[in-house]
Amino acid sequence: MSTEAATLPVLAQRIPTPVRHVLRIAQRLGAVLSWAALTVAALAMLVPFIWMLGVALRTPADLYAHPASLWPHQWSLAGVSAIARDLPFGRLLLNTFVFAGGTTLLLLWFDSMTAFALARLRFRGRSVVLFIIIGTLMVPFQVTIIPVFLTVFHLGWLDTYQGLIIPRATSALGIFLLRQFFLAIPTDLDDAARIDGANNWQVYRRIILPLSKPALASLFVIQFMALWNDFLWPLVITSQIEMRTLPAALTLFQSQGGVDHAALMAGAAISIAPLAIAFLLAQRFFIQGVASTGVKN
Amino acid sequence: MTVTSPPHSRRRPRWNSAWLFMAPSLILIAVFILEPILQTGWMSLHEWTIGEDSHKWLGVGNYDRLFGDDRFWNALRVTAEYTVAVTVLQVGLAVSLAVRLRRTTWFTTFVRGAFFFPAVASLAVIGVVWHFLLDPQIGLVDAWLGALHLGSYDFLQSEALALPTLIAVGVWKYLGFSMIVLLAGLQEIPAHLYEAATLDGAGRLGRLRHVTLPGLRQTLLFVIVIATINGLQLFDVVYTMTGGGPVFHTESIVMYLYQQGFVYFDLGYASAIAWVLFVIILVVSAVQLRVLRVNDVD
Repeated sequence: MSTEAATLPVLAQRIPTPVRHVLRIAQRLGAVLSWAALTVAALAMLVPFIWMLGVALRTPADLYAHPASLWPHQWSLAGVSAIARDLPFGRLLLNTFVFAGGTTLLLLWFDSMTAFALARLRFRGRSVVLFIIIGTLMVPFQVTIIPVFLTVFHLGWLDTYQGLIIPRATSALGIFLLRQFFLAIPTDLDDAARIDGANNWQVYRRIILPLSKPALASLFVIQFMALWNDFLWPLVITSQIEMRTLPAALTLFQSQGGVDHAALMAGAAISIAPLAIAFLLAQRFFIQGVASTGVKN
Repeated sequence: MTVTSPPHSRRRPRWNSAWLFMAPSLILIAVFILEPILQTGWMSLHEWTIGEDSHKWLGVGNYDRLFGDDRFWNALRVTAEYTVAVTVLQVGLAVSLAVRLRRTTWFTTFVRGAFFFPAVASLAVIGVVWHFLLDPQIGLVDAWLGALHLGSYDFLQSEALALPTLIAVGVWKYLGFSMIVLLAGLQEIPAHLYEAATLDGAGRLGRLRHVTLPGLRQTLLFVIVIATINGLQLFDVVYTMTGGGPVFHTESIVMYLYQQGFVYFDLGYASAIAWVLFVIILVVSAVQLRVLRVNDVD
Protein backbone atom coordinates (compact mmCIF):
# COMPACT_ATOMS: atom_id res chain seq x y z
CA MET A 1 0.00 0.00 0.00
CA SER A 2 2.75 2.40 0.89
CA THR A 3 4.62 1.74 -2.37
CA GLU A 4 1.43 2.51 -4.31
CA ALA A 5 1.18 5.78 -2.48
CA ALA A 6 4.82 6.48 -3.18
CA THR A 7 4.54 6.03 -6.93
CA LEU A 8 1.09 7.54 -7.27
CA PRO A 9 2.02 11.22 -7.75
CA VAL A 10 4.62 10.39 -10.41
CA LEU A 11 2.31 8.11 -12.38
CA ALA A 12 -0.72 10.32 -11.93
CA GLN A 13 0.00 12.48 -14.94
CA ARG A 14 0.17 9.54 -17.34
CA ILE A 15 -2.81 7.51 -16.12
CA PRO A 16 -6.25 7.97 -17.74
CA THR A 17 -8.86 9.56 -15.47
CA PRO A 18 -11.12 6.49 -14.81
CA VAL A 19 -8.13 4.41 -13.70
CA ARG A 20 -7.03 7.25 -11.46
CA HIS A 21 -10.46 7.21 -9.81
CA VAL A 22 -10.22 3.48 -9.19
CA LEU A 23 -6.77 3.88 -7.71
CA ARG A 24 -7.96 6.66 -5.43
CA ILE A 25 -10.87 4.54 -4.24
CA ALA A 26 -8.51 1.61 -3.61
CA GLN A 27 -6.28 3.91 -1.57
CA ARG A 28 -9.23 5.19 0.47
CA LEU A 29 -10.39 1.61 1.03
CA GLY A 30 -6.91 0.65 2.22
CA ALA A 31 -6.94 3.54 4.68
CA VAL A 32 -10.37 2.55 5.99
CA LEU A 33 -9.26 -1.08 6.38
CA SER A 34 -6.15 -0.06 8.26
CA TRP A 35 -8.20 2.13 10.63
CA ALA A 36 -10.64 -0.76 11.12
CA ALA A 37 -7.74 -3.08 11.93
CA LEU A 38 -6.40 -0.53 14.43
CA THR A 39 -9.78 -0.30 16.12
CA VAL A 40 -10.05 -4.07 16.46
CA ALA A 41 -6.49 -4.29 17.79
CA ALA A 42 -7.16 -1.51 20.30
CA LEU A 43 -10.26 -3.29 21.59
CA ALA A 44 -8.37 -6.60 21.72
CA MET A 45 -5.80 -4.96 24.01
CA LEU A 46 -8.60 -4.30 26.50
CA VAL A 47 -10.25 -7.74 26.35
CA PRO A 48 -8.29 -9.20 29.30
CA PHE A 49 -9.44 -6.35 31.53
CA ILE A 50 -13.09 -6.56 30.45
CA TRP A 51 -13.04 -10.32 30.98
CA MET A 52 -11.38 -9.92 34.39
CA LEU A 53 -14.21 -7.61 35.49
CA GLY A 54 -16.78 -10.04 34.09
CA VAL A 55 -15.36 -13.05 35.93
CA ALA A 56 -15.17 -11.05 39.16
CA LEU A 57 -18.89 -10.31 38.90
CA ARG A 58 -20.36 -13.65 37.74
CA THR A 59 -21.17 -16.96 39.41
CA PRO A 60 -18.79 -19.93 38.97
CA ALA A 61 -21.62 -21.93 37.35
CA ASP A 62 -22.08 -19.20 34.76
CA LEU A 63 -18.34 -19.18 34.00
CA TYR A 64 -18.25 -22.96 33.48
CA ALA A 65 -21.43 -22.88 31.35
CA HIS A 66 -20.35 -20.00 29.10
CA PRO A 67 -16.54 -19.72 29.10
CA ALA A 68 -16.59 -17.96 25.72
CA SER A 69 -18.78 -15.17 26.98
CA LEU A 70 -17.05 -11.93 27.86
CA TRP A 71 -19.87 -10.66 30.00
CA PRO A 72 -21.82 -12.29 32.87
CA HIS A 73 -25.24 -13.93 32.41
CA GLN A 74 -25.63 -14.41 36.14
CA TRP A 75 -24.30 -11.54 38.21
CA SER A 76 -22.85 -12.16 41.65
CA LEU A 77 -20.85 -10.30 44.26
CA ALA A 78 -19.70 -13.54 45.92
CA GLY A 79 -16.17 -13.18 44.51
CA VAL A 80 -15.81 -9.66 45.84
CA SER A 81 -16.99 -10.61 49.31
CA ALA A 82 -14.77 -13.74 49.29
CA ILE A 83 -11.63 -11.76 48.51
CA ALA A 84 -12.60 -9.10 51.05
CA ARG A 85 -12.90 -11.88 53.64
CA ASP A 86 -9.66 -13.71 52.73
CA LEU A 87 -7.37 -10.72 52.24
CA PRO A 88 -7.12 -7.58 54.42
CA PHE A 89 -7.81 -5.33 51.44
CA GLY A 90 -8.07 -2.04 53.32
CA ARG A 91 -4.68 -2.68 54.82
CA LEU A 92 -3.17 -3.77 51.49
CA LEU A 93 -4.47 -0.66 49.74
CA LEU A 94 -3.02 1.46 52.54
CA ASN A 95 0.34 -0.35 52.30
CA THR A 96 0.51 0.11 48.56
CA PHE A 97 -0.39 3.81 48.88
CA VAL A 98 2.15 4.38 51.66
CA PHE A 99 4.87 2.50 49.78
CA ALA A 100 4.27 4.02 46.34
CA GLY A 101 3.27 7.49 47.58
CA GLY A 102 5.83 7.80 50.38
CA THR A 103 8.70 6.56 48.26
CA THR A 104 7.76 8.81 45.35
CA LEU A 105 7.47 11.95 47.51
CA LEU A 106 10.80 11.32 49.25
CA LEU A 107 12.37 10.53 45.91
CA LEU A 108 11.09 13.77 44.34
CA TRP A 109 12.51 15.75 47.24
CA PHE A 110 15.93 14.05 47.35
CA ASP A 111 16.32 13.86 43.57
CA SER A 112 15.33 17.49 43.03
CA MET A 113 17.83 18.69 45.66
CA THR A 114 20.61 16.64 44.06
CA ALA A 115 19.62 17.75 40.58
CA PHE A 116 19.61 21.37 41.80
CA ALA A 117 23.14 21.05 43.14
CA LEU A 118 24.31 19.41 39.91
CA ALA A 119 22.60 21.92 37.63
CA ARG A 120 23.10 25.14 39.58
CA LEU A 121 25.90 24.99 42.16
CA ARG A 122 29.61 24.88 41.54
CA PHE A 123 31.67 22.55 43.62
CA ARG A 124 34.70 20.39 43.25
CA GLY A 125 33.87 16.84 42.16
CA ARG A 126 30.66 17.76 40.36
CA SER A 127 31.55 15.85 37.20
CA VAL A 128 32.57 12.81 39.27
CA VAL A 129 29.20 12.81 41.06
CA LEU A 130 27.35 13.18 37.76
CA PHE A 131 29.40 10.35 36.26
CA ILE A 132 28.58 8.03 39.19
CA ILE A 133 24.88 8.83 38.99
CA ILE A 134 24.73 8.21 35.24
CA GLY A 135 26.70 5.02 35.82
CA THR A 136 24.08 3.69 38.24
CA LEU A 137 21.31 4.33 35.67
CA MET A 138 22.16 0.96 34.15
CA VAL A 139 22.10 -1.01 37.42
CA PRO A 140 18.73 -2.64 38.05
CA PHE A 141 17.97 -3.32 41.70
CA GLN A 142 17.65 -7.07 41.01
CA VAL A 143 21.44 -7.10 40.80
CA THR A 144 21.91 -5.68 44.29
CA ILE A 145 18.87 -7.20 45.94
CA ILE A 146 20.76 -9.78 48.05
CA PRO A 147 23.04 -7.37 49.98
CA VAL A 148 20.23 -4.80 50.16
CA PHE A 149 17.98 -7.48 51.63
CA LEU A 150 20.71 -8.31 54.19
CA THR A 151 21.12 -4.62 55.09
CA VAL A 152 17.38 -4.25 55.62
CA PHE A 153 17.42 -7.47 57.64
CA HIS A 154 20.28 -6.26 59.88
CA LEU A 155 18.53 -2.93 60.42
CA GLY A 156 15.49 -4.91 61.59
CA TRP A 157 13.45 -3.29 58.83
CA LEU A 158 11.94 -6.39 57.20
CA ASP A 159 8.14 -6.12 57.19
CA THR A 160 8.25 -2.37 57.88
CA TYR A 161 7.38 0.72 55.85
CA GLN A 162 10.86 2.18 56.26
CA GLY A 163 12.34 -1.05 54.92
CA LEU A 164 10.11 -0.84 51.86
CA ILE A 165 10.58 2.90 51.31
CA ILE A 166 14.06 4.11 52.25
CA PRO A 167 16.23 1.90 50.03
CA ARG A 168 14.18 2.98 46.99
CA ALA A 169 13.90 6.69 47.86
CA THR A 170 16.31 7.98 45.25
CA SER A 171 16.68 7.21 41.59
CA ALA A 172 19.44 8.00 39.15
CA LEU A 173 16.85 8.42 36.40
CA GLY A 174 14.96 11.02 38.46
CA ILE A 175 18.11 12.99 39.21
CA PHE A 176 19.10 12.86 35.58
CA LEU A 177 15.70 13.97 34.20
CA LEU A 178 15.31 16.79 36.73
CA ARG A 179 18.85 18.03 36.11
CA GLN A 180 18.10 18.26 32.38
CA PHE A 181 14.97 20.25 33.17
CA PHE A 182 16.71 22.58 35.63
CA LEU A 183 19.50 23.30 33.13
CA ALA A 184 16.88 24.73 30.76
CA ILE A 185 15.66 27.28 33.33
CA PRO A 186 17.40 30.66 32.73
CA THR A 187 20.03 31.46 35.38
CA ASP A 188 19.00 35.16 35.33
CA LEU A 189 16.21 34.22 37.72
CA ASP A 190 18.66 32.77 40.25
CA ASP A 191 20.94 35.80 39.90
CA ALA A 192 18.07 38.21 40.48
CA ALA A 193 17.00 36.29 43.58
CA ARG A 194 20.57 36.16 44.89
CA ILE A 195 20.94 39.94 44.47
CA ASP A 196 17.83 40.20 46.65
CA GLY A 197 19.71 38.17 49.24
CA ALA A 198 18.29 34.70 48.62
CA ASN A 199 20.49 31.78 49.65
CA ASN A 200 20.77 28.45 47.84
CA TRP A 201 17.89 26.88 49.69
CA GLN A 202 15.63 29.82 48.86
CA VAL A 203 16.61 29.72 45.19
CA TYR A 204 15.84 25.99 45.15
CA ARG A 205 12.60 26.32 47.05
CA ARG A 206 11.19 29.58 45.64
CA ILE A 207 12.52 29.69 42.07
CA ILE A 208 13.50 26.27 40.76
CA LEU A 209 10.81 24.06 42.30
CA PRO A 210 7.80 26.24 41.32
CA LEU A 211 9.09 26.49 37.75
CA SER A 212 9.59 22.71 37.55
CA LYS A 213 6.07 21.59 38.28
CA PRO A 214 5.63 19.85 34.88
CA ALA A 215 8.84 17.86 35.30
CA LEU A 216 8.02 16.98 38.92
CA ALA A 217 4.51 15.88 37.90
CA SER A 218 5.91 13.66 35.14
CA LEU A 219 8.44 12.09 37.47
CA PHE A 220 5.75 11.60 40.11
CA VAL A 221 3.54 9.73 37.63
CA ILE A 222 6.21 7.38 36.30
CA GLN A 223 7.68 6.62 39.72
CA PHE A 224 4.34 6.15 41.45
CA MET A 225 3.21 3.82 38.68
CA ALA A 226 6.44 1.80 38.77
CA LEU A 227 6.34 1.43 42.56
CA TRP A 228 2.62 0.68 42.77
CA ASN A 229 3.20 -2.15 40.31
CA ASP A 230 6.50 -3.33 41.77
CA PHE A 231 6.58 -6.99 42.67
CA LEU A 232 9.98 -8.51 43.46
CA TRP A 233 10.92 -5.80 45.99
CA PRO A 234 7.85 -6.08 48.27
CA LEU A 235 7.93 -9.85 47.77
CA VAL A 236 11.44 -10.01 49.24
CA ILE A 237 11.17 -7.30 51.93
CA THR A 238 7.82 -8.40 53.37
CA SER A 239 6.59 -11.80 54.46
CA GLN A 240 3.56 -11.01 56.64
CA ILE A 241 0.37 -10.49 54.71
CA GLU A 242 -0.34 -7.31 56.72
CA MET A 243 2.76 -5.62 55.30
CA ARG A 244 2.45 -6.73 51.69
CA THR A 245 1.49 -4.52 48.77
CA LEU A 246 -1.41 -5.48 46.49
CA PRO A 247 0.53 -7.30 43.74
CA ALA A 248 2.64 -9.27 46.23
CA ALA A 249 -0.39 -10.18 48.35
CA LEU A 250 -2.49 -11.28 45.40
CA THR A 251 0.10 -13.80 44.23
CA LEU A 252 0.26 -15.17 47.75
CA PHE A 253 -3.48 -15.73 47.48
CA GLN A 254 -3.09 -17.26 44.01
CA SER A 255 -0.57 -19.82 45.24
CA GLN A 256 -2.98 -21.18 47.86
CA GLY A 257 -4.73 -24.36 46.73
CA GLY A 258 -8.33 -24.46 45.51
CA VAL A 259 -8.47 -20.98 44.03
CA ASP A 260 -11.80 -19.18 43.84
CA HIS A 261 -11.57 -17.65 40.36
CA ALA A 262 -14.16 -14.94 40.96
CA ALA A 263 -12.34 -13.91 44.13
CA LEU A 264 -8.97 -13.91 42.38
CA MET A 265 -10.22 -11.75 39.50
CA ALA A 266 -11.97 -9.42 41.96
CA GLY A 267 -8.65 -9.05 43.76
CA ALA A 268 -6.84 -8.37 40.48
CA ALA A 269 -9.47 -5.79 39.52
CA ILE A 270 -9.15 -4.02 42.87
CA SER A 271 -5.34 -4.01 42.55
CA ILE A 272 -5.47 -2.48 39.09
CA ALA A 273 -8.42 -0.12 39.72
CA PRO A 274 -6.74 2.88 41.44
CA LEU A 275 -4.17 3.43 38.70
CA ALA A 276 -6.63 2.52 35.94
CA ILE A 277 -9.15 5.09 37.19
CA ALA A 278 -6.41 7.70 37.58
CA PHE A 279 -5.33 6.94 34.03
CA LEU A 280 -8.85 7.30 32.64
CA LEU A 281 -9.27 10.64 34.44
CA ALA A 282 -5.86 12.07 33.61
CA GLN A 283 -4.57 10.22 30.56
CA ARG A 284 -2.60 13.31 29.50
CA PHE A 285 -0.48 13.26 32.66
CA PHE A 286 0.45 9.60 32.25
CA ILE A 287 1.30 10.03 28.59
CA GLN A 288 3.37 13.15 29.29
CA GLY A 289 5.13 11.44 32.17
CA VAL A 290 6.14 8.45 30.08
CA ALA A 291 6.95 10.57 27.04
CA SER A 292 9.27 12.81 29.07
CA THR A 293 11.54 9.89 29.99
CA GLY A 294 12.53 9.41 26.37
CA VAL A 295 12.99 12.98 25.26
CA LYS A 296 16.57 13.40 24.18
CA ASN A 297 19.43 15.78 25.09
CA MET B 1 39.72 42.10 45.29
CA THR B 2 38.20 39.12 46.97
CA VAL B 3 41.69 37.95 47.88
CA THR B 4 42.30 40.97 50.08
CA SER B 5 38.97 40.82 51.89
CA PRO B 6 39.20 39.33 55.37
CA PRO B 7 38.17 35.65 55.58
CA HIS B 8 35.41 36.06 58.14
CA SER B 9 33.40 38.46 55.92
CA ARG B 10 33.46 36.06 52.95
CA ARG B 11 30.27 34.19 52.13
CA ARG B 12 30.34 30.53 53.05
CA PRO B 13 31.93 28.53 50.25
CA ARG B 14 29.33 27.14 47.83
CA TRP B 15 30.57 23.55 47.70
CA ASN B 16 29.65 23.17 51.31
CA SER B 17 25.92 23.59 50.77
CA ALA B 18 26.01 21.65 47.47
CA TRP B 19 27.05 18.54 49.37
CA LEU B 20 24.25 19.14 51.86
CA PHE B 21 21.75 19.28 49.00
CA MET B 22 23.05 16.02 47.59
CA ALA B 23 23.58 14.23 50.89
CA PRO B 24 20.32 12.22 51.06
CA SER B 25 20.57 10.91 47.49
CA LEU B 26 24.30 10.26 47.68
CA ILE B 27 24.02 8.40 50.99
CA LEU B 28 21.20 6.24 49.60
CA ILE B 29 23.10 5.57 46.37
CA ALA B 30 26.23 4.66 48.33
CA VAL B 31 24.45 2.41 50.83
CA PHE B 32 21.86 0.80 48.56
CA ILE B 33 23.51 0.71 45.13
CA LEU B 34 27.30 1.16 45.10
CA GLU B 35 28.22 -0.76 48.23
CA PRO B 36 25.81 -3.62 47.38
CA ILE B 37 27.39 -4.02 43.93
CA LEU B 38 30.76 -4.54 45.59
CA GLN B 39 29.26 -6.68 48.33
CA THR B 40 27.53 -8.86 45.75
CA GLY B 41 30.92 -9.48 44.20
CA TRP B 42 32.48 -10.20 47.62
CA MET B 43 29.65 -12.53 48.66
CA SER B 44 29.88 -14.42 45.39
CA LEU B 45 33.35 -15.54 46.48
CA HIS B 46 32.02 -17.21 49.63
CA GLU B 47 29.70 -19.87 50.80
CA TRP B 48 27.32 -17.41 52.44
CA THR B 49 24.57 -18.55 54.76
CA ILE B 50 22.18 -16.13 56.40
CA GLY B 51 22.58 -15.62 60.15
CA GLU B 52 26.17 -16.92 60.36
CA ASP B 53 29.06 -14.63 61.25
CA SER B 54 31.83 -16.31 59.31
CA HIS B 55 31.58 -17.39 55.74
CA LYS B 56 33.72 -19.97 54.01
CA TRP B 57 35.98 -18.52 51.32
CA LEU B 58 35.43 -20.29 48.01
CA GLY B 59 37.40 -18.11 45.61
CA VAL B 60 35.88 -18.61 42.20
CA GLY B 61 34.15 -21.77 43.42
CA ASN B 62 30.65 -20.38 42.92
CA TYR B 63 31.52 -19.31 39.38
CA ASP B 64 33.01 -22.74 38.62
CA ARG B 65 29.78 -24.28 39.80
CA LEU B 66 27.72 -21.71 37.87
CA PHE B 67 29.43 -22.29 34.54
CA GLY B 68 28.93 -26.02 34.92
CA ASP B 69 25.28 -25.60 35.94
CA ASP B 70 22.84 -26.62 33.20
CA ARG B 71 20.03 -24.84 34.97
CA PHE B 72 22.00 -21.56 34.77
CA TRP B 73 22.72 -21.96 31.04
CA ASN B 74 19.09 -22.80 30.49
CA ALA B 75 18.02 -19.66 32.37
CA LEU B 76 20.45 -17.63 30.30
CA ARG B 77 19.01 -19.03 27.07
CA VAL B 78 15.41 -18.47 28.18
CA THR B 79 16.21 -14.88 29.17
CA ALA B 80 18.05 -14.21 25.90
CA GLU B 81 15.23 -15.62 23.76
CA TYR B 82 12.62 -13.67 25.68
CA THR B 83 14.63 -10.43 25.54
CA VAL B 84 15.38 -10.57 21.82
CA ALA B 85 11.82 -11.57 20.85
CA VAL B 86 10.08 -9.01 23.08
CA THR B 87 12.43 -6.18 22.11
CA VAL B 88 12.16 -6.80 18.36
CA LEU B 89 8.38 -7.31 18.35
CA GLN B 90 7.64 -4.53 20.80
CA VAL B 91 9.80 -1.89 19.16
CA GLY B 92 8.83 -2.91 15.61
CA LEU B 93 5.11 -2.79 16.35
CA ALA B 94 5.50 0.40 18.38
CA VAL B 95 7.21 2.19 15.47
CA SER B 96 4.48 1.21 13.01
CA LEU B 97 1.78 2.23 15.51
CA ALA B 98 3.42 5.54 16.37
CA VAL B 99 3.74 6.49 12.70
CA ARG B 100 0.08 5.69 12.11
CA LEU B 101 -1.17 7.42 15.26
CA ARG B 102 0.92 10.52 14.80
CA ARG B 103 -1.86 13.03 14.28
CA THR B 104 -3.97 13.79 17.34
CA THR B 105 -7.69 13.20 16.81
CA TRP B 106 -10.32 11.70 19.08
CA PHE B 107 -9.77 8.39 17.29
CA THR B 108 -5.99 8.26 17.73
CA THR B 109 -6.36 9.41 21.33
CA PHE B 110 -8.62 6.43 22.00
CA VAL B 111 -6.35 3.95 20.20
CA ARG B 112 -3.24 5.28 21.96
CA GLY B 113 -5.03 5.04 25.31
CA ALA B 114 -6.10 1.45 24.65
CA PHE B 115 -2.60 0.37 23.63
CA PHE B 116 -1.07 2.13 26.60
CA PHE B 117 -3.57 0.80 29.12
CA PRO B 118 -1.78 -2.51 29.94
CA ALA B 119 1.31 -0.47 30.89
CA VAL B 120 -0.66 1.00 33.79
CA ALA B 121 -1.35 -2.40 35.35
CA SER B 122 1.08 -4.39 37.47
CA LEU B 123 2.82 -7.11 35.48
CA ALA B 124 2.43 -9.54 38.38
CA VAL B 125 -1.32 -8.93 38.57
CA ILE B 126 -1.59 -9.14 34.79
CA GLY B 127 0.22 -12.46 35.02
CA VAL B 128 -2.47 -13.70 37.42
CA VAL B 129 -5.17 -12.61 34.97
CA TRP B 130 -3.46 -14.14 31.93
CA HIS B 131 -2.75 -17.37 33.78
CA PHE B 132 -6.47 -17.77 34.17
CA LEU B 133 -7.35 -16.35 30.75
CA LEU B 134 -5.26 -19.13 29.21
CA ASP B 135 -6.78 -21.89 31.35
CA PRO B 136 -7.64 -24.81 29.04
CA GLN B 137 -10.97 -25.47 30.74
CA ILE B 138 -12.60 -22.16 31.55
CA GLY B 139 -10.24 -19.60 30.01
CA LEU B 140 -11.51 -17.22 27.37
CA VAL B 141 -8.67 -17.91 24.92
CA ASP B 142 -9.38 -21.63 24.82
CA ALA B 143 -13.12 -21.01 24.46
CA TRP B 144 -12.61 -18.62 21.55
CA LEU B 145 -10.10 -20.91 19.83
CA GLY B 146 -12.61 -23.74 20.25
CA ALA B 147 -15.37 -21.64 18.75
CA LEU B 148 -13.14 -21.02 15.71
CA HIS B 149 -12.25 -24.78 15.55
CA LEU B 150 -8.58 -23.98 16.08
CA GLY B 151 -8.05 -26.67 18.69
CA SER B 152 -7.29 -26.62 22.39
CA TYR B 153 -3.91 -25.82 23.87
CA ASP B 154 -2.57 -25.83 27.38
CA PHE B 155 -0.32 -22.88 26.66
CA LEU B 156 1.45 -22.68 30.00
CA GLN B 157 1.98 -26.43 30.44
CA SER B 158 3.36 -26.92 26.94
CA GLU B 159 7.15 -26.97 26.62
CA ALA B 160 6.89 -25.51 23.13
CA LEU B 161 4.31 -22.81 23.84
CA ALA B 162 5.06 -21.59 27.38
CA LEU B 163 7.89 -19.19 26.50
CA PRO B 164 6.22 -17.79 23.34
CA THR B 165 3.14 -17.15 25.50
CA LEU B 166 5.18 -15.15 28.00
CA ILE B 167 6.70 -13.25 25.09
CA ALA B 168 3.23 -12.38 23.77
CA VAL B 169 2.14 -11.15 27.20
CA GLY B 170 5.35 -9.10 27.48
CA VAL B 171 4.75 -7.45 24.10
CA TRP B 172 1.11 -6.78 24.99
CA LYS B 173 2.16 -5.16 28.25
CA TYR B 174 5.03 -2.92 27.04
CA LEU B 175 3.98 -2.08 23.46
CA GLY B 176 2.07 1.04 24.50
CA PHE B 177 4.95 2.33 26.59
CA SER B 178 7.36 2.23 23.64
CA MET B 179 4.69 3.70 21.37
CA ILE B 180 4.20 6.74 23.64
CA VAL B 181 7.93 7.42 23.90
CA LEU B 182 8.26 7.11 20.11
CA LEU B 183 5.30 9.43 19.57
CA ALA B 184 7.09 12.04 21.69
CA GLY B 185 10.19 11.51 19.55
CA LEU B 186 8.14 11.97 16.38
CA GLN B 187 6.90 15.36 17.58
CA GLU B 188 10.50 16.56 17.66
CA ILE B 189 11.12 15.95 13.96
CA PRO B 190 10.72 19.32 12.23
CA ALA B 191 7.81 19.43 9.76
CA HIS B 192 9.90 21.19 7.13
CA LEU B 193 11.99 18.03 6.66
CA TYR B 194 8.85 16.22 5.50
CA GLU B 195 7.90 19.06 3.20
CA ALA B 196 11.38 19.05 1.69
CA ALA B 197 11.29 15.26 1.24
CA THR B 198 7.87 15.45 -0.44
CA LEU B 199 9.10 18.19 -2.79
CA ASP B 200 12.03 15.95 -3.68
CA GLY B 201 9.51 13.30 -4.73
CA ALA B 202 9.74 11.01 -1.70
CA GLY B 203 6.63 8.90 -1.11
CA ARG B 204 5.39 7.55 2.21
CA LEU B 205 8.05 4.85 2.34
CA GLY B 206 10.77 7.27 1.32
CA ARG B 207 9.77 9.71 4.04
CA LEU B 208 9.75 6.88 6.61
CA ARG B 209 13.22 5.76 5.58
CA HIS B 210 14.91 9.08 5.04
CA VAL B 211 13.19 11.39 7.52
CA THR B 212 11.30 9.51 10.22
CA LEU B 213 13.76 6.76 11.11
CA PRO B 214 16.89 8.96 11.13
CA GLY B 215 15.00 11.58 13.16
CA LEU B 216 13.92 8.93 15.63
CA ARG B 217 17.37 7.44 16.11
CA GLN B 218 17.93 8.78 19.64
CA THR B 219 14.44 7.82 20.79
CA LEU B 220 14.70 4.39 19.19
CA LEU B 221 18.02 3.85 20.95
CA PHE B 222 16.40 4.73 24.26
CA VAL B 223 13.38 2.49 23.66
CA ILE B 224 15.56 -0.45 22.59
CA VAL B 225 17.87 -0.10 25.61
CA ILE B 226 14.91 0.11 28.02
CA ALA B 227 13.16 -2.86 26.38
CA THR B 228 16.35 -4.91 26.57
CA ILE B 229 17.06 -4.08 30.21
CA ASN B 230 13.43 -4.86 31.03
CA GLY B 231 13.67 -8.16 29.19
CA LEU B 232 16.85 -9.18 30.99
CA GLN B 233 15.03 -8.59 34.30
CA LEU B 234 12.21 -10.99 33.37
CA PHE B 235 10.65 -12.23 36.60
CA ASP B 236 7.08 -11.15 37.41
CA VAL B 237 5.18 -13.10 34.75
CA VAL B 238 7.39 -16.13 35.23
CA TYR B 239 6.58 -16.12 38.92
CA THR B 240 2.81 -15.66 38.49
CA MET B 241 2.20 -17.56 35.23
CA THR B 242 4.51 -20.58 35.03
CA GLY B 243 6.71 -20.66 38.15
CA GLY B 244 9.57 -21.33 35.71
CA GLY B 245 7.98 -24.47 34.32
CA PRO B 246 7.18 -26.68 32.58
CA VAL B 247 10.48 -28.30 33.60
CA PHE B 248 12.45 -25.01 33.68
CA HIS B 249 11.36 -24.07 30.15
CA THR B 250 10.54 -20.52 31.29
CA GLU B 251 12.99 -20.11 34.17
CA SER B 252 14.72 -16.74 33.70
CA ILE B 253 17.97 -15.50 35.28
CA VAL B 254 16.19 -13.37 37.89
CA MET B 255 13.82 -16.26 38.67
CA TYR B 256 16.82 -18.55 39.20
CA LEU B 257 18.50 -15.84 41.31
CA TYR B 258 15.33 -15.55 43.40
CA GLN B 259 15.14 -19.32 43.84
CA GLN B 260 18.78 -19.64 44.93
CA GLY B 261 18.74 -16.54 47.12
CA PHE B 262 15.31 -16.47 48.70
CA VAL B 263 14.06 -20.05 48.48
CA TYR B 264 17.24 -22.11 49.01
CA PHE B 265 19.03 -19.21 50.85
CA ASP B 266 22.27 -19.99 49.05
CA LEU B 267 23.27 -16.32 49.08
CA GLY B 268 26.82 -16.77 47.80
CA TYR B 269 25.66 -18.67 44.74
CA ALA B 270 22.78 -16.24 44.14
CA SER B 271 25.31 -13.38 44.34
CA ALA B 272 27.38 -15.01 41.63
CA ILE B 273 24.24 -15.13 39.43
CA ALA B 274 23.52 -11.46 40.22
CA TRP B 275 27.07 -10.45 39.36
CA VAL B 276 26.90 -12.29 36.03
CA LEU B 277 23.55 -10.57 35.30
CA PHE B 278 25.15 -7.21 36.13
CA VAL B 279 28.01 -7.83 33.71
CA ILE B 280 25.59 -8.99 31.00
CA ILE B 281 23.45 -5.85 31.35
CA LEU B 282 26.48 -3.57 31.25
CA VAL B 283 27.96 -5.30 28.20
CA VAL B 284 24.66 -5.46 26.31
CA SER B 285 23.87 -1.78 27.01
CA ALA B 286 27.37 -0.71 26.01
CA VAL B 287 27.20 -2.72 22.78
CA GLN B 288 23.78 -1.28 21.93
CA LEU B 289 24.94 2.27 22.56
CA ARG B 290 28.03 1.68 20.43
CA VAL B 291 26.27 -0.08 17.55
CA LEU B 292 23.43 2.42 17.30
CA ARG B 293 25.79 5.40 17.54
CA VAL B 294 28.23 4.12 14.93
CA ASN B 295 25.57 4.46 12.22
CA ASP B 296 24.91 8.03 13.25
CA VAL B 297 25.59 10.29 10.28
CA ASP B 298 25.87 13.52 12.27
